[in-house]
Amino acid sequence: MFSLIRVLFAAGLVLAPMPIAAAADTVELQIGYLHRTEHKDTISLLDMPAGNAGLAGAQLGIEDNNTTGKFLSQRFDLQEVQLSDKDDAGAAALDFAGRGVSFVLADLPADALLKAADAGRDRGLLLFNVGSSDDRLREQDCRADMIHVAPTRSMLADGLAQYLVWKQWRRWLLVVGSHDNDRLYADALRRAAGRFGAKIVQERVFDDTGGARRTDSGIVQIQRQIPVFTQQAPAYDVLVAADESEVFAAYLPYRTWDARPVAGSAGLKPTSWDASHDQWGAVQLQNRFLKSFARRMTALDMHAWSAVRMIGESASRAQAGDAKAIGAFLKGPEFALAAFKGRKLTLRDWNLQLRQPILLADGRTVVSVSPQEGFLHPVTELDTLGYDRPETKCRLQ
Amino acid sequence: MPAAVNAIRSMPRGLALVGLLWLQFAPGAGAFTAYVSNEKGNTVTVIDTDKMAAIKTIKVGQRPRGIELTKDGGFVLVAVGDDDTIQMIDTKTGEIVGTLPSGPDPELFALDPSGKILYVANENDNTVTIIDVEKRTRLGDVQVGVEPEGMGLSPDGKILVNTSETTNMAHFIDTQTRRIVANVLVDSRPRFAEFKRDGSELWVSAEVGGTLSVIDPAKHQVTKKIGFEIAGLRQEAIQPVGIAITKDGKTGFVALGPANRVAVVDGATHEVKKYLLVGQRVWHMAFTPDEKYLLTTNGVSNDVSVIDVTALKVIKTIQVGELPWGIAISAQ
Repeated sequence: MFSLIRVLFAAGLVLAPMPIAAAADTVELQIGYLHRTEHKDTISLLDMPAGNAGLAGAQLGIEDNNTTGKFLSQRFDLQEVQLSDKDDAGAAALDFAGRGVSFVLADLPADALLKAADAGRDRGLLLFNVGSSDDRLREQDCRADMIHVAPTRSMLADGLAQYLVWKQWRRWLLVVGSHDNDRLYADALRRAAGRFGAKIVQERVFDDTGGARRTDSGIVQIQRQIPVFTQQAPAYDVLVAADESEVFAAYLPYRTWDARPVAGSAGLKPTSWDASHDQWGAVQLQNRFLKSFARRMTALDMHAWSAVRMIGESASRAQAGDAKAIGAFLKGPEFALAAFKGRKLTLRDWNLQLRQPILLADGRTVVSVSPQEGFLHPVTELDTLGYDRPETKCRLQ
Repeated sequence: MPAAVNAIRSMPRGLALVGLLWLQFAPGAGAFTAYVSNEKGNTVTVIDTDKMAAIKTIKVGQRPRGIELTKDGGFVLVAVGDDDTIQMIDTKTGEIVGTLPSGPDPELFALDPSGKILYVANENDNTVTIIDVEKRTRLGDVQVGVEPEGMGLSPDGKILVNTSETTNMAHFIDTQTRRIVANVLVDSRPRFAEFKRDGSELWVSAEVGGTLSVIDPAKHQVTKKIGFEIAGLRQEAIQPVGIAITKDGKTGFVALGPANRVAVVDGATHEVKKYLLVGQRVWHMAFTPDEKYLLTTNGVSNDVSVIDVTALKVIKTIQVGELPWGIAISAQ
């Protein structure tokens, strides 16, 4: 038996004396990162976006891809393009295509994303939406050359609603901001309440009358304003806030007239990633990120990391360097991504949305992860989150 | 008892000695000692496999996971990831007597056949660390893929296989030159690697991929990919982690994580023969040295299931510490 083993290993060494990397020429793959100079006001100082928000996640993804790539003779490079308000996203997409870039991560608003997708389509560009949660991009405005890594508002709202219903906090006081994106989030929350059996007992609008987030006079007035704003509400279990614009939601916890928890845009927030998420090996990614960038990883960083890993994963599975083969694998039935969420993430083939669990985080820890137990689905429980195949308006083209 | 002692006294000296030995070992003939690392409890539970009960709890460092016995059975080695070290427990006293310089965040590790060299997967810096156990010093590192985890040593100790969870490969490392000689792509998040005792096959589990790859260690090729299907369970709940193969290579066991089952795989045909219902979130497994029993750690239900290997039945559940993860069984 011993001699047999020796023969087997000797044969192995003869057959493969070198790492795979040394055997072939290295294939180079260019990935673009397209974003816009944006100033975002946040209530909490802790939420101010870093200069490299998103980009850092892409860079870490490139590093991880290259660690794998050295065994497969694949090399990944990142090219960043930052647009000003006047720059056209379509022109930027064409520019990428001209430079041999086939995959572009985009952190852009919906209209700019559509421009980029439509401009790049004939050039074989594949776009990865890492920043926009607009449902319409996956529904009536979906595109065959745009993959959505960021979850939709409806996925986030459904993830939150399942937990609130599980917790038996079924009576919601919904407070909505006065901006378009706040209203869209409120739409998703209303839909979620209807789907999972919660009741919105009353809705209130918090008008953005302008004003700075930070003042020398501080929070004296807020302490008086918020209780007054939330008084005389019908009996409710939880206040749910839709305030993507960050005008008021963060002021709600501990200041409501009635002693009630807050969820949505403050308090318990549904999100695809949180700096405190450490389950399913996530602590390894968090550690790598912190070590490289000296700050914590945000949801945008995670979307960008995931997009780059989706490309890397497909490149290694397809054993191919050409964008077409990689793109085909990505959209095919074999594709799956491991992304520290306790199960594989796959693409919804009807609209190219990445299926993913939704974390519910309070800013210090992850309180729960949806889908919740008991919310069943004939295909995958992940499809209890967001618009499902039978209700989609998407016709991919 | 006094009657027995008198009887021995009256026997010729040589026979008396045999009798004493018999008295000493007879009750322990089937009694081995299992050591279970409890990831959340920061403890190691000691189980007497004769009584099939926990007999002792040893406090260890932060987040104990990978656990092995030294070849002489003298020490239990337990990787305490959040303390960045491997602790050595004296099996006679149950005391922690030392640490090994494992590198940051050690998780799983493998001892070479001589018992002198330890190979450790360090998840945080993409390396496999090589340690001299006697001198308790670091001999070197091998750069591998992203998030190294599973560690399997070929029976002759010449090839070390490490799996990397985000790179999704089994890296074959020549233990003499400490260089990678081959990389085999497997499914997502490979967590464990186990050779058959005759070195003819390497089995690698993929937790997120939900499969088990059977690899020809000579050709460095996946020869068979085993999938699992359990009626009434979603595919994503099937997450293979730990692997145990009988010495004769005829039967393999694969722990399926949140599927709460252990798959029984025919070692020759690679068909799944049976699924055994165990506790919740089953991680790792170990045979008693006589291979009569297979013990599994069940992470969420805080217990260990005992499988009768011949009957292929779960016969008992033993309560252990909080979130059990790894297990090693001593012949003593």
